[in-house]
Amino acid sequence: MRVGAVVIRIIRQLLRDKRSIALLIFAPLLVITLVWLVLDGDPYEPKIAAENIPAPLEQVLQNELEKDVVQMSESEAKEAFQKEDLDAFITIKNHVPYVLLEGSDPTANSAVMKVIQTAFSSLSDQKNIQPDVEYYYGSDKINLFDQTGSVLIGFFVFFFVFVLGGISFLRERTQGTLEKLLSTPIKRWEIVTGYLLGFGLFTIIQSFVIVTYCVYVLDIWMAGDFWQLLVVTFLLAITALALATLLSAFANNELQIMQFIPIVIIPQAFFSGIFNLETLAEWLQVLSKFMPLTYGADAIQEIMIKGKDLVDLWQDLLILFGFALLFYVLNIFALKKHRRL
Amino acid sequence: MASMIIVRKAAISFGKEKVLKNIDLDVNEGEIFGLLGPSGSGKTTLVKMITGILEGDQGEIFIKDQKVPSLELMKSIGYMAQSDALYQELTAKENLEFIAAIYGLKRQERKKAIQEVLEIVDLTDHMDKVVKDFSGGMKRRLSLAASLMHKPDLLILDEPTVGIDPVLRQSIWSELRKLKNNGMTILVTTHVMDEAEKCDRLAMLRDGYIIACDTPEKLKENQKVDSLEEAFLAYGRNEK
Repeated sequence: MRVGAVVIRIIRQLLRDKRSIALLIFAPLLVITLVWLVLDGDPYEPKIAAENIPAPLEQVLQNELEKDVVQMSESEAKEAFQKEDLDAFITIKNHVPYVLLEGSDPTANSAVMKVIQTAFSSLSDQKNIQPDVEYYYGSDKINLFDQTGSVLIGFFVFFFVFVLGGISFLRERTQGTLEKLLSTPIKRWEIVTGYLLGFGLFTIIQSFVIVTYCVYVLDIWMAGDFWQLLVVTFLLAITALALATLLSAFANNELQIMQFIPIVIIPQAFFSGIFNLETLAEWLQVLSKFMPLTYGADAIQEIMIKGKDLVDLWQDLLILFGFALLFYVLNIFALKKHRRL
Repeated sequence: MASMIIVRKAAISFGKEKVLKNIDLDVNEGEIFGLLGPSGSGKTTLVKMITGILEGDQGEIFIKDQKVPSLELMKSIGYMAQSDALYQELTAKENLEFIAAIYGLKRQERKKAIQEVLEIVDLTDHMDKVVKDFSGGMKRRLSLAASLMHKPDLLILDEPTVGIDPVLRQSIWSELRKLKNNGMTILVTTHVMDEAEKCDRLAMLRDGYIIACDTPEKLKENQKVDSLEEAFLAYGRNEK
């Protein structure tokens, strides 16, 4: 079995190259941890000011904040916003509670809203009253970590598999082993299949470690099923691998593989859901439809945040599988450049 | 004598550059045939076409009366490229195991074949060493071993002794002669004259043409010169 021979060879090679395995598995862990440290630190303690609020409300707010609510007027509060030393201002306007958020920092926003909501719900006679919320800066659409944490898993799986897979296949060419291989009766599809299976094994391990780490160590919000998430990350990794081997046909050295990163990887990061796309120009939104990471990240997000099942996500998965298949077939054709047969 | 390789009117160009123009060549079964020419004369291109990796724009190539390229034919060709096509992270044995599996050798045959070729190139003691730690000469010998794994009828060697010391070069040539005596046909490219001297027959390649083809002795005789180098230059002048 020639495919089997290629698979075994790749496993042996990678096992000897401990650093590459480390890149594949631990580099994503390190980077995700860094992001987590930055975005998911200790709970934020908001600074809230108030004017003319009823005593019971002031009391529960103080209990909730574990410190005094500062008294100031609305104009004083706005000045404080500009100096960045106040997070929210609360008062009563037309018999309805009114909250003005500083708004530029999503972490602060959600911290304030949490305090205020708890405060209102603990006032039994005020249960049905919803405060009017306004933003001094920004808007309530920003909630960075909710969106990014899950997408980052997809992104880093994609990124590191792409780099390692691309360079490995390129080396096959630069060190002359591809030419040697093509002088044997091996078929082109056997080479590509062997590559995907051999590396695929390592990407399964990679996906498993990253997902386990994020869910159980970093405690990322995870509403869905662990194994279903694993299926999606693996499918994403295989797509990245197929794309990497395909593109490596158009690179002459390692540096040129790196040059694909700003062209192929970074745009995917920007347009795949880390940032909100709805505000973008329509042609940019269309662009994201041609990026595999869009579908992978979406599926990961749906599983992790909304707790959906693979069955609900069949469209994402089908498209992702289609991408992988397309890259696989194009790969076999790209090898024609080196041997037509 | 039966023909192993027949090349008829082969031509190939890369972009606008015509690398080979109208090549005719006959290599007999069981001989060591040399392709002599300066670098850039198209030697590598020609052997790649004979192997079936490259396909020409014109002409035909036959090996054992079968048309090239064919995956079936590749089973009976051993090809050693100019660069050592080895996996640096693997041991010598693992490299050979891989090639053996690609050629479809059974597990039992594999073991035996690896032993045999390692003995031929005198690397038996180093078979569990990682190739990265090999010297240049050892890598060259391992590459040769890899191209012998499946006992090919036709062995194609592209500059097999480049960068190899004279002692090792001698030993490789004596191995080639042994293989030839066992019935193997060997096609070897070189730009070194004293190596060309060791071939049974020789084709001189220059600017995409074969300017002469005969035994080393006859080539010298025809031009009434003492060395192949002078013969090569003389043929080159006549061409113009």
